[in-house]
Amino acid sequence: MITIVDYNAGNLRSVKRACDAVGIESVFTQDASAVASAERIIFPGVGHARSAMETLIETGLRDAILGAFDRGTPILGICVGAQLLLDGSEEGPTDGLGLIGGMTRRFQLDDPTLKIPHMGWNAVDVTQSHPLLEGLEPKDELYFVHSYYLDPSKRAHVFATSDYGGAFACAIGRDNLFATQFHPEKSGRLGLELLSRFATWGGSPC
Amino acid sequence: MLSKRVVACLDVRDGHLAKSVKFVDTKNIGDPIEKARAYYEDGLDELVFYDITASNEHRNIMIDVVERVASEIFIPFSVGGGIRSVGDATKLRLAGAEKVNVNSAAVQDPDLIARISEAIGAQSTILSMDVLRVEASDSIPSGYEIVIHGGRKHTGKDALAWAQRGVELGAGELVVNSIDADGTREGYEIRLTRMIADAVPVPVIASGGAGKPEHLYDVLTEGRADAALIASMVHYGDYRVSELKQYLAERGLAIRTRW
Repeated sequence: MITIVDYNAGNLRSVKRACDAVGIESVFTQDASAVASAERIIFPGVGHARSAMETLIETGLRDAILGAFDRGTPILGICVGAQLLLDGSEEGPTDGLGLIGGMTRRFQLDDPTLKIPHMGWNAVDVTQSHPLLEGLEPKDELYFVHSYYLDPSKRAHVFATSDYGGAFACAIGRDNLFATQFHPEKSGRLGLELLSRFATWGGSPC
Repeated sequence: MLSKRVVACLDVRDGHLAKSVKFVDTKNIGDPIEKARAYYEDGLDELVFYDITASNEHRNIMIDVVERVASEIFIPFSVGGGIRSVGDATKLRLAGAEKVNVNSAAVQDPDLIARISEAIGAQSTILSMDVLRVEASDSIPSGYEIVIHGGRKHTGKDALAWAQRGVELGAGELVVNSIDADGTREGYEIRLTRMIADAVPVPVIASGGAGKPEHLYDVLTEGRADAALIASMVHYGDYRVSELKQYLAERGLAIRTRW
């Protein structure tokens, strides 16, 4: 059973529908105690980082997620849900959950033909093997839509990169935590397969 | 590197698929969800559903179509047609549409773009514009005018100025539809597409006129479009989505070729 953290972040139903399509049971919850005791957690997100963070603090969901991480619960962050795992975000700006060192930064692109948001399908290069990325081949593309990017401070926390006016981290993690800037729920078969792998992932990065 | 997108447009009337040629003589050619699924499985990058339902009492049929699409098809899709309020937009977002297209209603009430963008985010707010080639004049210096109501009504608005205004108001993407090219299958309006793509900082989807694979190539290169909209060339089985994408990839474009 996957618990999807519901903090009015926009794409929750898409994540649930994708889980349904691959036969994974999932529930939404806004209840911090349900998140704290969840078997596994998806932490999604679309929208503004600061307002998302404010909601997480007010509802107690922030502490519930931190507690679940400490207890070894497998956690998958998606998009803004990934960005909020870092120490902070330039969108707001705001503090993040601080589970992975580094910052979420706004794209600063010199090339005027590169539009913001970075929206569409882009190749994901696996830089460090991870059970959730098994099955991805070089040049496989996944779906992105974001104006801010993940900039973790340690390379050890980067599992895949993508390129938009330069390489940026698009999959990060440590221990029982994994997160993607791309949207597995909008990335066709390859994305659905990632969600399926998460449903059985033991929580170890190797 | 970000890939160029191939986007298929499905016109939906009362829950059924229709294809307009010069926006008249629409005829029903099938079930939208079945078509959408076939394209998804054949590697389509994105879908647009355009609701051409005439009567308000049939609007809820579209919500039902959107919910069914969202449960079966896991690529982004947008919905347009008849969106007049923030409520219309949020209802479609909740039903599963990644993005919402505003068109005529935004021409009459430009602030609608800002209100929708505020509610669902710029990345989910598409301004769709129907454009007609006209004699350049003081009021329409670009020589392209915005038209509404399926091209029947002139607005006196310059297309280039409107594109820029739409982005300022909060549109995160533009669909540039040439009424002159629409339904001709003789190629996109390259000059129009390029003029707008060069002038705005957001992605542009070129629409109207696709008939051959090279038309897509031309608008994605010379026309500077980020995405190419196709309809009849795939709806009637003349080309397959995968075949178009293979062609574009072989000609050197960044294209998603594995799915």
